[in-house]
Amino acid sequence: MNSKKTKRPGFFGSIRLFFTDRDKLEPALITILAGAFSILMGVGLIFIVSKDPVTSTKNFLLGPVLRTYNFYYLMIAMVPITFTGLAMCIIYKLRYMSLIVDSSFYIGAVVATAIGVKLSLPPGIHPAVAMIAAGLVGGLIGLLPAILKIKWRANELVSSLMFNYIFYFIGSFIILYYLRDRDQTILASLPFQKSFNLPKLVENTQLHAGFIIAAVFVVIVSIFLFRTRWGFEIRIAGANPKFAAYAGIPVATVALYAHFVAGFIGGLGGAVEMSGLYRAFIWQMNPSYAMDGVIVAMLARKNPKFVPLSAFFLAYLRVGADFMSRRGDVAFEFITLLQGMIILILASDKILNYFKARRLRRNALLAESSANAAAAQGGQA
Amino acid sequence: MDFILKTEGLSKVYPNGTLANKQVSFGVAPGEILGLVGENGAGKSTLMKMLYGEESPSSGKIFLEGKPVSFASSQEAIKAGIGMVHQHFMLVPSLSLAENLVLGQEPHKGRSNIFDLDKAVAITEELAEKYNFKIFARARVVDVSVSMRQKLEILKALYRGAKILILDEPTAVLTPQETDELFVELEQLRKHGHTIIFISHKLNEIFKLCDRVSVMRDGRMIGTHKVSEVDSQTISNEMVGREVLLTVEKKKAKPGEKVLTAKDLSYIDDFGITAVDHLSFALRKGEILGVVGVDGNGQSELVRILTGSTKTLSGSVIVLGQDVTNKRPGEIRKAGLAHIAEDRMTVGTAQPASIEDNLLADRYLSPEFTGGAGFLKTEAISKAAAEIVSSFDIRCNSPGQLVASLSGGNMQKVVIGREFTAKAEILVIAQPTRGVDVGAIEFIHKRIITMRDAGKAILLVSSDLQEVMSLSDSLVVMNSGKIVAYFEDASATTDKELGLYMLGLKRQSPEEIGRVLHE
Repeated sequence: MNSKKTKRPGFFGSIRLFFTDRDKLEPALITILAGAFSILMGVGLIFIVSKDPVTSTKNFLLGPVLRTYNFYYLMIAMVPITFTGLAMCIIYKLRYMSLIVDSSFYIGAVVATAIGVKLSLPPGIHPAVAMIAAGLVGGLIGLLPAILKIKWRANELVSSLMFNYIFYFIGSFIILYYLRDRDQTILASLPFQKSFNLPKLVENTQLHAGFIIAAVFVVIVSIFLFRTRWGFEIRIAGANPKFAAYAGIPVATVALYAHFVAGFIGGLGGAVEMSGLYRAFIWQMNPSYAMDGVIVAMLARKNPKFVPLSAFFLAYLRVGADFMSRRGDVAFEFITLLQGMIILILASDKILNYFKARRLRRNALLAESSANAAAAQGGQA
Repeated sequence: MDFILKTEGLSKVYPNGTLANKQVSFGVAPGEILGLVGENGAGKSTLMKMLYGEESPSSGKIFLEGKPVSFASSQEAIKAGIGMVHQHFMLVPSLSLAENLVLGQEPHKGRSNIFDLDKAVAITEELAEKYNFKIFARARVVDVSVSMRQKLEILKALYRGAKILILDEPTAVLTPQETDELFVELEQLRKHGHTIIFISHKLNEIFKLCDRVSVMRDGRMIGTHKVSEVDSQTISNEMVGREVLLTVEKKKAKPGEKVLTAKDLSYIDDFGITAVDHLSFALRKGEILGVVGVDGNGQSELVRILTGSTKTLSGSVIVLGQDVTNKRPGEIRKAGLAHIAEDRMTVGTAQPASIEDNLLADRYLSPEFTGGAGFLKTEAISKAAAEIVSSFDIRCNSPGQLVASLSGGNMQKVVIGREFTAKAEILVIAQPTRGVDVGAIEFIHKRIITMRDAGKAILLVSSDLQEVMSLSDSLVVMNSGKIVAYFEDASATTDKELGLYMLGLKRQSPEEIGRVLHE
């Protein structure tokens, strides 16, 4: 009997297990609820502000799938937030709150720009070199708040936000003083070498090979977190650092390499974005994809396997809102309200705990009364 | 009988789903001392917390002097004349005893708002004299003994007008001598007409002090007896629901060579108190060395030094010939020392992780579980976890279940299952059965003996004196961070004798203590 009980469940078995294990089912339901609720709220808002709510709603909800180019646009939008979402998954698995991935991504893009502009390398190798260099720099940046936290217990959320300002201005400085194209009226870098750009996946669209790279990284990070000793260490150190130390896991080292890996993925994402989508660095401000990564990671419940799903969802909302705003009277910015709603619901642990407490209470009382009934029967017999 | 305080069908479900009290009905008569006994986790503390307004009942009623009451907070309970002294004292350590006593109802100088310390001291001394308590009103709480702090807690409740006093295991932190003193004082209180509910799981105390005794088991009220009409075996049976073996069955130990030598260990805590004071001992194969002492005399710190979570200021720890002084926990484990941490919730387990992850957290790096490239061998891992789950009888749906969803006893089995299968020669075991149900206690005790018989060296630290005395082959007594006594044969001493050493009233000669080094 024991061997049966301890066998690893198959695919369908694990699905069945998932639906019977309330500890896993309830968070999933709440995540879906958060998404559904935010969409509902979006529709409600449209009906309040729009003169033609039906068309606007249609554009918002179906825009991404009604037009092919919109769908390609959606897939392109998924790429950067998949990278930052994966990076945030790693940091959140460790139960750190660092937002340094924002710097990693931005500086990654700057490093890639420098390589894209200054170096001449064969196609394929050129973007690869840029990605690795951007990843390394991003990884080193990722270490900073973790070091401050380990050494001096500096709150990593605060220090990472401060670093984000510092690195934004460092990045702007580099672009402005060393890479700027002085023939352009707007702030832009010199154009990239031809060899720097990633190939397009579909002719006459912007959909680039970065989409594939992002997909590959979803697999890599999933394996890293769940199938390697390093992932094991990160998960245990995140679940309870005191326990991890007691069991012999070097908690500080784990925190450092986890942040390096997260920063690496962020930096690499910045390079992918540059070589996939742009001909020159033209960001007038930090696009802050790491903040989207926060939403993506939270929606994915810190599980990299679900990052593509949640990135798709977020990109869908974005593209829908964009399409709607360009064809109607609702501003694109209303999307931020929806995102806020999602975060609010997901961050409210109490909602989950309420259900959990209620269920546990019911189960306990139920078990008790059935035990009593059994005892009464036993007494009669 | 007219009860001053009684309950009807009281149930309590904690938010984590534990059903701590099941339909509890009981009452206490005015002017009596009612003993409330039960094993750890039987629901005594929960019941008392509901009476004291700290927890709200999930169902059922409480009556005070015949009238139904419900307390939203302990303040309301105090106003109604119910006082409680917790196991863990709620005092301000840096203030004097008198200041602590009047805290919240301070006397003022004349009509001013200035605190009148002299008056507070006078109040304290007057109160202490009335009930014949011996305390130093002007001393700071940090500077006085645990037993005096406890007396202060009792006086605090009286000062606030408590007619009914709930004492939650008051003797757990006291030596036998201090316990006797407390009992005299409680008799005084009874003479003054106070009603006392006295929680304990030590039967001899109940027989000495109480008028009646109520027995709880597994959240239920099993029965109430007049102490004069019942014997200890009956109560003991009611407590555990079956005949208990009060002593652990074991063969005589056959100690082998020394495997752990700790010399001259010292530790000063954050408050500047010397918690471990130049302490030395040795541990041999095949023996259980018990560490006895009133809680807070350096036992926890000693364990933390041995296991690497705290650094010693002097001396050395040698494990199987290897110097592991101030090494990291992982390195000490590798040297051959496994450790059951005293707090399974915050240290011994990772609650939000699976049972499997918890069981493998100390050995995931062995080639058995991690391949050359750093990939985990998931099949081998689940097989190993499943084996531990079945051989240590961890009751769960699957090894993938979160540890947080397990009961206390099963959680402890996760810890023990991991540490006992760690292939370590030395086991440092702290509080192995704290808050664990009776069945699990017996299981754990048997396992500890099995490990000893398999030739492991075991250091056992527990605040349950009975447990240490019955499991250990040899004993050391700790007081103020020092070893003050060593008994080569644990059965050759009594709890009374140990009490004298625990309190620091007696200590052996350095030569006698030095025998623990086996040199």
